[in-house]
Amino acid sequence: MKKNRFFNAITLTVTSASLYILLALLIFTGIIDEYNGQLLTLAGIYVIVSLSLNLITGFTGQLALGHAGFMAVGAYSTAIIIMRLNVPMIPAVFAGGLITAIFGLLIGIPTLRLRGDYLAITTLGFGEIIRVIMVNLEGLTGGAAGLKGVPPFSDSGDFILDAVIKFSWVYGFVIFTLVVVSNLIKSSPGRAIISIREDEIASNSMGINVPYYKMFSFTMSAFLAGIGGGLYAIYFGYLNPQMFGFLNSVNFVVIVVLGGMGSITGTILAGIGFTYIQEWLRIFKDFRLVIFGLALISVMLFWPKGLMGTNEISVVKLVRKYFFKNKNSDNSSSGSPASGESQSEGVR
Amino acid sequence: MELLQQFGQQMVNGIALGSVYALIALGYTMVYGIVKLINFAHGDVLMVGAFAGYFVLTSFGGDASKISNPLILILAFIIAMIVSAIFGMIIERTCYKPLRKAPRINLLITAIGVSIVLENGARVIPWIGPNPKQFPTLKNIGFLEKVSDFIKSATGVYISPVQIISFFIAVLLMVLLFYVVNHTKTGKAMRAVSHDMNAALLMGIDVNRIISFTFAIGASLAAAAGILFALNYPQVEPYMGIMPGLKAFVAAVLGGIGSIPGAMLGGFIMGIAETLTKGFISSKLADAVAFGILILILVVKPSGILGKNIREKV
Repeated sequence: MKKNRFFNAITLTVTSASLYILLALLIFTGIIDEYNGQLLTLAGIYVIVSLSLNLITGFTGQLALGHAGFMAVGAYSTAIIIMRLNVPMIPAVFAGGLITAIFGLLIGIPTLRLRGDYLAITTLGFGEIIRVIMVNLEGLTGGAAGLKGVPPFSDSGDFILDAVIKFSWVYGFVIFTLVVVSNLIKSSPGRAIISIREDEIASNSMGINVPYYKMFSFTMSAFLAGIGGGLYAIYFGYLNPQMFGFLNSVNFVVIVVLGGMGSITGTILAGIGFTYIQEWLRIFKDFRLVIFGLALISVMLFWPKGLMGTNEISVVKLVRKYFFKNKNSDNSSSGSPASGESQSEGVR
Repeated sequence: MELLQQFGQQMVNGIALGSVYALIALGYTMVYGIVKLINFAHGDVLMVGAFAGYFVLTSFGGDASKISNPLILILAFIIAMIVSAIFGMIIERTCYKPLRKAPRINLLITAIGVSIVLENGARVIPWIGPNPKQFPTLKNIGFLEKVSDFIKSATGVYISPVQIISFFIAVLLMVLLFYVVNHTKTGKAMRAVSHDMNAALLMGIDVNRIISFTFAIGASLAAAAGILFALNYPQVEPYMGIMPGLKAFVAAVLGGIGSIPGAMLGGFIMGIAETLTKGFISSKLADAVAFGILILILVVKPSGILGKNIREKV
């Protein structure tokens, strides 16, 4: 068992590192041009926020419609910490995440007693309230005019180098989010969280502290969404409350549902796909959102489980299957088919 | 005294606005009561109704910027309500019905999808377009202006003719709805379906027809609300339905979702709370207050003011 874990960690580190080197090299040599590099970076941010939403919606089964609000809190607090306090980027992003987590905790206390649609609409309400507050706190956030001048990841003046650095930071945070979410899901609290999704009443009667775990998952989700927001702020260098409207929250829900609720790899694939599809649809100009809406409806009608359902693509399993055929290592670690050894850096 | 007068004025504004919210909230609450769906597209059905009214008024009204003939206004209401009702039924049949047994989140996302399609579909239709259009205003309706002047001189509170119309049309429609729901066979069937869909089916009620009917009623009420809303803020645009839709949803939850009197009460409370906030605190915070109320009510009494507590069954 211990050996397995070691093997898994090595495999995942190697895959994610080699994938990173590959992509970074491709951007650096210009095979992936600057535009696509930027898109890939943006996709990374979307993946982070969508993963955080998947944690609460896909794994805990609590539909949240206000993640853009959490992202806004993370984005503004990171930007303000960097600009006002001259804190370096990484601590600022984590501080932004922590502030968002505190927000999540405060919002979660009253709202998590609610279920289903009620929770959805309350989180929506909180998202909107956060946006209105951002507009009204003009001294701090710049109000409706927006907050300008968030320092970028790097300003070496070399576009290609900048693109690579941007990508590297976001990639690093994606890996961080992935490690957090996938390890959380496989841990004992993670099992408790999944059991809440499956049946709240049953898990309650099995002795699981349902309010506590809901809270835990919600706060964690807010933390990760805040980190995504912080990266978003640095990525764009400009913040405006309009960037965090209801439709943005819907975008993340769409990513999660398209990828399959409760599937980490699905969210990653859908996050990247969504970013690109959104860009491609721009050629339709005004029809873009009509097509988007129709696509959304048809996916829900004909493909309700999303891309992956609750399944995962597992790099570790693939590696085992194709490189260690003869060893035929024991399957004890992949007992549950739903989560398995599913790390998914390899897919990115 | 001045403060009291201002308070009275805001109350009047609030009741007028609230009657519009109440009409929208009725659609939410009825649909929720029957299919347990937050119909996100409801606000956009309101927009469809407002545009239908706009086209009737501008094409039959002669002078495009004002309405002088009350009959045309009534015609606009009727046509808008019919158009919206058809829209509501089509949406239900094509998008929601196939998902009736699917997980709730899928239904919710479909509703959001319908809403996106309606808003942006309106934007790309050349006769509508993305820019706000001036809605015709009421002119020369002598009787109403006299009433308005009389109230102004008697109490110092100004009630515009539009507000009088809003209030009375809303009350008229609510009375009508009350009659339909409580005293007709269809209404009885509606109540039965909302109580227990499967049992209603076993009793020989055509559930699909009743659900369609509910959507049609909800949509037509939304259309009436849309015209009233457009008369109050004289313009129409594709995104006009979002905010009133959300606030009306809050109103429905506030009153106890699934409860028809609750939706009416909630609508009035929301309208009054909003205008009081605008008048005494800050107009920028009006939207936040709506959601603040929602959160407060959900924390204190999630079933709403007039809602029933639902026991948990395993």
